[in-house]
Amino acid sequence: MARIDLVDLAHSYSGNDAALESFALKPISMTWRQGGAYALLGPSGCGKTTLLNLISGIVTPSRGKILFDRVDITPLSTQKRNIAQVFQFPVIYDTMTVGQNLAFPLKNRGVPKVEIDARVAEIAGLLDLAPFLTRKAQRLTADAKQKISLGRGLVRADVAAVLFDEPLTVIDPELKWQLRSKLKALHRDLDLTMIYVTHDQTEALTFADTVVVMHDGRVVQSGTPAELFDRPAHTFVGYFIGSPGMNIVPAEVRGREARIDGHTIALNRSYDRLPREAKIEIGVRPEFVDVAAPAAGLLTADIERIDDLGRVRFARVRIGDAKFAARVPPGFSVPGNAAGLVFDPSHVHVYVDSLLVEGTA
Amino acid sequence: MSVALERVLRSVDGIATIRDVSLTLERGTLSVLLGPTLSGKTSIMRLLAGLDKPTSGRVLVDGKDVTGADVRQRSVAMVYQQFINYPSLSVYENIASPLRVQGRPRTEIERRVQEATRLLKLEPYLNRTPLQLSGGQQQRTAIARALVKGADLVLLDEPLANLDYKLREELRTELPRIFEASGAIFVYATTEPSEALLLGGRTICMWEGQVLQAGETPKVYRHPDTLRVAQVFSDPPLNVVGIEKKNGSVQYAGGVQAPAAGLYAKLDDGAYRVGFRAHQLEVAKGIPGRHAFHATVTVTEITGSESFVHLNRDTSNWVAVLQGVHEYPPGHVLDAVLDPDNLFVFDAAGRLVASPGAM
Repeated sequence: MARIDLVDLAHSYSGNDAALESFALKPISMTWRQGGAYALLGPSGCGKTTLLNLISGIVTPSRGKILFDRVDITPLSTQKRNIAQVFQFPVIYDTMTVGQNLAFPLKNRGVPKVEIDARVAEIAGLLDLAPFLTRKAQRLTADAKQKISLGRGLVRADVAAVLFDEPLTVIDPELKWQLRSKLKALHRDLDLTMIYVTHDQTEALTFADTVVVMHDGRVVQSGTPAELFDRPAHTFVGYFIGSPGMNIVPAEVRGREARIDGHTIALNRSYDRLPREAKIEIGVRPEFVDVAAPAAGLLTADIERIDDLGRVRFARVRIGDAKFAARVPPGFSVPGNAAGLVFDPSHVHVYVDSLLVEGTA
Repeated sequence: MSVALERVLRSVDGIATIRDVSLTLERGTLSVLLGPTLSGKTSIMRLLAGLDKPTSGRVLVDGKDVTGADVRQRSVAMVYQQFINYPSLSVYENIASPLRVQGRPRTEIERRVQEATRLLKLEPYLNRTPLQLSGGQQQRTAIARALVKGADLVLLDEPLANLDYKLREELRTELPRIFEASGAIFVYATTEPSEALLLGGRTICMWEGQVLQAGETPKVYRHPDTLRVAQVFSDPPLNVVGIEKKNGSVQYAGGVQAPAAGLYAKLDDGAYRVGFRAHQLEVAKGIPGRHAFHATVTVTEITGSESFVHLNRDTSNWVAVLQGVHEYPPGHVLDAVLDPDNLFVFDAAGRLVASPGAM
């Protein structure tokens, strides 16, 4: 395992002379600590796979350096970087047994047989593969095969990092739960630096200690799941994290008040002298909007519908042109379609040109 | 119009893929086929579309036997998991293609393509070719083409599975309104319980080539006929524990005894399996009337809005969901309680015998 430093790292697929704005990955500098669990999260085209390919050495960066334990490995090939990778689809040898598949990365590097056997037994135990060690991989189900792929990625204790590229895409929901928690436990037990690429916020948030959210070739925020949820640094993070995402609506903000469609919303902090030409928005998560019957002092809203997701319900409401989602309790109902909204002021954030502003106490 | 499968069985190489399925689908309805991979969802769709013939049983359209009829004579549109479009045609021409094949007049084509593109928010992309679109836009094009065809039966086989999470979330909330506006018979296959709940309509719960239960989606979710249905329709996975009822008390496997209150009160003495979803298990201590457990934390997963706590108790693995951020270290012993009025009880054969009345 290793500490990984990205130093002014950037990449363009159309050469180094391209305009910076067109880079698939705009310059980033970050440090990932040894033994950490990181997720690169973002939609298709955000640059997360480019970044992963730079770290694995499949792609050579247009600019910048990558250090493993302070050693510049940028010029090294994938083989020389000492990393393990797990891909979206199982990569295993059908004709080998499960045990031979797990042993393969070790055997390749001339690890003594006693050590191989011990490590294969350990990994097989952690992944519940022990009963299948002598079975041919060929006849196993797709998800058992993907478990073997995970095992092959984790079997070497000396790798600088294990890179996962959307490893649970092909797995059914119930097994996803099992494998996700398994992976998290494995990270705890094996002390490996792990980097997990996904577009699925649940996978990213549940797996990683630090989630790196990417958008349009940039890292827009890097933080713990709680930080990304509580204080999105960029409106994109607000939208992308959470299901449904943060309500983000244009507002006029002055001092400790935001105004939407003639209604006033109290803010916890004071926002003075916001730039005049800028796009001003407020953001509040559906979890911090309460819906009640209309009453004096509440914001008046129309209820458009209620989405019943089984264990949670979200009311879809509207104030003028501004649409909000609000989490409502089971059995929620108000007479008619009119409702009163209450925003929790400590969770209403102000964004200027998509970026969070702090305000003053 | 209606489409029905009547006692349909289909075997491939002597292995039954569909086992005695009877279903009736009515005009203007949305049916979700919910089940894990290989449960028979795609096989059912292919039988409905006429792409495959049943080994035995009948396919009826408006009560008329069409079992052997050519698929081209049926009014069917299908959307697959993989986006399928004509790569050299513009988005407009892709959507218009079924109408051109039908030889519709130009004005009608324009009107119907316009309607479909407005519904699927494709107006800005009409002149592009599919490869200049994102995955979500490509799949919306395929859905628009299926809608514009005006088919009586529209089959969607995990249409959102290859899309980014966020796009999936957006299309899921749009689709029910698109379906409502169309009036055809819609069938939608998915492995995900949350997708079935968001889409609403009816859910047909599939397992190993059989229909386990069919009914209004919220009803199937809240009153699963069997333990298996409850398991297929739970995400996070259903928590399960064995109990024995005897002399007015319940004995949980692994050693907790409690008075047979709530839903347990009316049960005959005997052995049962109790199922409860993650949100039905509360992390709390000493609430009067609740049944208390100790469970060991294996992993905590935090999404920011919620925390999923994976627990080990006796021989079972459970999941609890808590609002907000709660980090418990592995090995931590947690107090959890179960409300005897808010759980599902299944008999030894796995049939539902008690469920919460109003949820």
